[in-house]
Order: sequence, then structure tokens, then C-alpha cells
Amino acid sequence: MDEKVRLKGTPIKRFDETITVERSSTAKYAWTAGQAISRFLVELKKGKLIGRRCNKCRRILIPPRMYCESCFRATDEWIYVEPIGTVNTAVVSYITTTREKLEKPLIIAVIEIEGTGGSGLFHYLEGVNPEDVINRKVFGMRVKAVWKPEAEREGSINDIKYFVPITGGEEK
Amino acid sequence: MKMNINLKNRVAIVGAGLTLFRRRLKETPKELAWAAAKMALESAGLELSDVDAVVIGTAPDAFDGIHMKGEYLADGSGGTGKPVMRVYVGGGTGVFTPIAGWWHVASGLFDVVLAVAEEKMSPAMPHPQSVFAHIWDPIIERPIGPNLIWIFALEMHRYMYKYNIKKEDIARVSVKNKRNALDHPAAQLGAKITVEDVLNSEMLVYPVQRLDISPVSDGAAAVVMVSEHIARRITDSPVWVEGVGWSLDTVHWTGRDLAYPKYVECAARMAYKMAGITNPAREIDVAEVYDPFDYKELHHMEGLMLARKGEAPILTREGITERDGDLPINPSGGLLGVGNPIAAAGMMKVTEIYWQLRGEAGKRQVKKPVYTGLAQAWGDLMQVGTVIVLRAG
Ligand SMILES: [Zn+2]
Repeated sequence: MDEKVRLKGTPIKRFDETITVERSSTAKYAWTAGQAISRFLVELKKGKLIGRRCNKCRRILIPPRMYCESCFRATDEWIYVEPIGTVNTAVVSYITTTREKLEKPLIIAVIEIEGTGGSGLFHYLEGVNPEDVINRKVFGMRVKAVWKPEAEREGSINDIKYFVPITGGEEK
Repeated sequence: MKMNINLKNRVAIVGAGLTLFRRRLKETPKELAWAAAKMALESAGLELSDVDAVVIGTAPDAFDGIHMKGEYLADGSGGTGKPVMRVYVGGGTGVFTPIAGWWHVASGLFDVVLAVAEEKMSPAMPHPQSVFAHIWDPIIERPIGPNLIWIFALEMHRYMYKYNIKKEDIARVSVKNKRNALDHPAAQLGAKITVEDVLNSEMLVYPVQRLDISPVSDGAAAVVMVSEHIARRITDSPVWVEGVGWSLDTVHWTGRDLAYPKYVECAARMAYKMAGITNPAREIDVAEVYDPFDYKELHHMEGLMLARKGEAPILTREGITERDGDLPINPSGGLLGVGNPIAAAGMMKVTEIYWQLRGEAGKRQVKKPVYTGLAQAWGDLMQVGTVIVLRAG
């Protein structure tokens, strides 16, 4: 098919002149968190990060799974890990979930949780400037979770407010 | 060495069809599917009565707001009263659809299969972006409020960091593909732009800017796939399906190496083994590589082993991936230029390789003689690779 072929299809030029049928779905879902994530959420509410260890590949899976998808066997035990990690990658969002402009840009990162053998969480990163992301200074930076006050936690991934850099000399 | 598999039939593509790709088309999904399917059949010189089975590819039902989309599309795709199957692997669907068509014929079950891919993203209001919100884990990920662009930006930035890649070297992909698309009759966004235009376009999620991204589109594409004895009867220039491969990683993308798409490599290895390809960078003459974002073309060239890790930007800078280069990539104009009606976009890549291998691509025809080509798609939660290797008859 060369460049001269005329293909079918009728572009709509004035979309504002079309009639939109409004139909909002009333579907609501009661998702089960499942065995692994239920415990994970309960522990988040306590201000703790927990994973499941696979004794065969020695990974600690976060978010936890009752089975190891690589070894295809049941994971062996629950194990608490420090909510500390290193920034694997980070970006600066100038838009919201629905693509509206954000007044204050948001920094989002994938954080490799220390000692897990590669498990990562994606979450907000505070305490760094967009410039630190753009000049890639944040890559490899050690960060720690900042928890919501206990009374405000509800058993959600958002019980961690965000991650912040661990400043020089500070340990855990 | 070729994979030792016993196939009942060798499979050829003998016809291809497309509609325009546009932000909003007046036609319904069925009408689009019909237009592409009819064009494919006519180009093969076949009638619907010659077709034994139909394979349909289309991405999430939620774009159209119509569930059982395969069943919905069946009549427009020529499936009435025939064995019909819908396949779906997110953005990988467009190449997975002819893969499914291939096994329908290779197995010996059918001689003539019509493979149709359709996507209409325009019905979702106010923007299909809201539909993408449903792909994340509802408990662990959705409360963070992810935007689809976030995860690609995270992957792109990791890739840039790991190999120290400059944004301008990524922007060259967008410039090349939009320029190539000027010669594609379906193209939505063919344009002459510069690297500076990309770098000056609206910043959405650093490092992703507006001109790094393919558009939202409506469109359809189709191919006719037949067994060898039918192919020999109806055409002098069949395009053989020499290898197919597909692979899926887990949805746990935050634990993955974001700088390298291993699952694309797995899919490519399967297809290469089947096709007897041992040095893809040398043996693949032309490739249509999935490019919903400009960095993805580079990422996928590396996953397909057409470039060494971190080196696809260098090949691009040196002009090797241009139409007159040694390894032309996305001579159609890709998703960045032709448009991205998800399943139809992947299938459009297959149609382009089909036309390139037959020497029928007109102004888009790559300069060097081409014998072996590849099309690849990718999708879901950055976890699927689908690959097809085609060879001129
Ligand atoms: Zn394991």
C-alpha cells in the first residue's frame, strides 16, 4: 500500500456538536485484599512494613504474596523489614491522575526496599527538589518512610505518607 | 538452528487492510472492523465465503464502554456463523492477533483465517486516560493515584539513568517517526518537527513531554492468513510467517529491571528460534518496533537484540534506523506518527512489514532490499512482549 491509497474512515471535525449519552455505572466492588495483602495492611496500620520470604530464592516479597511466582511454591514466613530503601527511579509529575495541571509538582519514585533482593514500592518522595530528580541526584539515594500519625492510619498504602531522604549520619 | 517443531501448515499473509487512524472517527467499531477486513480480503482476491475462521483483537472493553467486545465486533469482522476467537494482551494485542491467526492455520485446523484488530478510544469521556486507572492493583496501587504517564516516565528515566542517555537522543525517535508518517495514508500525526520542538513541548511528567507520546486514536487493521497450498494458488508473492513469540512477566512491575524489557527478549528468542535467526541485528532487514513513547522504540530495539543494551540511541543518532539506513525502524511512522488505536496500531505494524517485504510501500519503501522483517508490540502493566517474524516469498 503506497502513500496514494485513499483509506476509509470519516474524521469528526466538530466534536462539540455530537450528542453525549450520560450513563454513570453504579457498579461498586468489594475487593478482597486476600491473605497476603490483608496482613500487609494490618501491619501498615501499626506503622510496620512486612513481607513474605521465599526460602528457595531468598527474596522477601513486598507487596507480600503467599506464593513465590518464580519458584512456584508457597512462601515460607512473614518477615518485618525496615521501611528504608534506595531510589531506583523517580519522576516529576506536573499533572494529576486525570491530566489536570498540578500547581505544585509531585515527585514519584520506585523505592527498592533494602534487604529484600529487589522488591520495590512506588510512592511519593518528599524533601527533594524537582531539580534533584532532573539532574538524577536522587538515583540511589537512601530514603525512609514517613508514617501518618497513628490515629489517622487506616490500613492503607497511604498510611505511609511519603518517603524522605535519610540525611547524613542518620541511621534508621 | 531452527526450532524443531512439527507444523501441519506453513502460514502466509496474503492480504492486508487498514482504515484511517484519527482522534475521532464517525464510524462505529464494527464499521471500522468491516472496512479493514473487506480491504484485506479484496487485496487477497478472496471472499468472506473463503474464510474458515476469524480472530479478533481489541484492547480493554472499557474504551468503548461495551463489554464482550469480541462478540460485539464479530459480525463487522466477518465472523457470523464462523469459529471466532478474541485475543487480548493489552497493548501487545495487535501483534498477538496475527500470532493467534498463525496457530489457527499452522495447526491444520483452518486454511484461511481473517485476523482483525480494532480500537476506538474516543468514546471514553472525558479522556481514555480515566479508563487506564483500572489497570492497577485496586488496593496497593490505586490509592496512590497513578497516572499512566507516571509509570512510563519512571521506566524512561531509569533507562536514561542506567545508560546515561540524553533526552535529545530519545527525541530523535519522535522526529524520525512523525516524519516517516507523512508518507502513510492512514497517518494521524505525520509532521516535520525538530528535536527542539520535542524538548520545548509541554512537560507532563519529567522526563516525558507531550511530543514524546503517541496520540489517542480510532482505527482498524486486518490481515488474511492462509496455509501454503492456498497461498501458492492465489499469489506469487506470499509473505511467510517464519516465527512467532510471546511472553508475559508479572504485574509486579516495581520489582522489575525497568531499564531492560526482559519479557520482550523472551518473546523475541522464541520467534528467532522458530525462524532460525541467530544474529537478529544482522538478519532482520526492517522492523516495526512498538513505539507508544519515543524511548520505547529504543528500549524495544534492545529487548529484540537489534541493538546492544544502551546503544539503540547511538544507532538512532547515526541515522542507521532511518528509512535509508542499514536497519530501518518504523518506516511506517509508527504509533508516534500514524497513531495509536491500541490493537489496530500493533496490527498496522504487521501490515507495514507485509507491504515492505512485497516492495509495495511506495514512498515509505526502505532503500535497502528487504527479505526478513519483524513486528513487535508490548503492553499490559509493562509486562508483555509479542513478536512476529515475516519473510518475503
Ligand atoms: Zn522463590
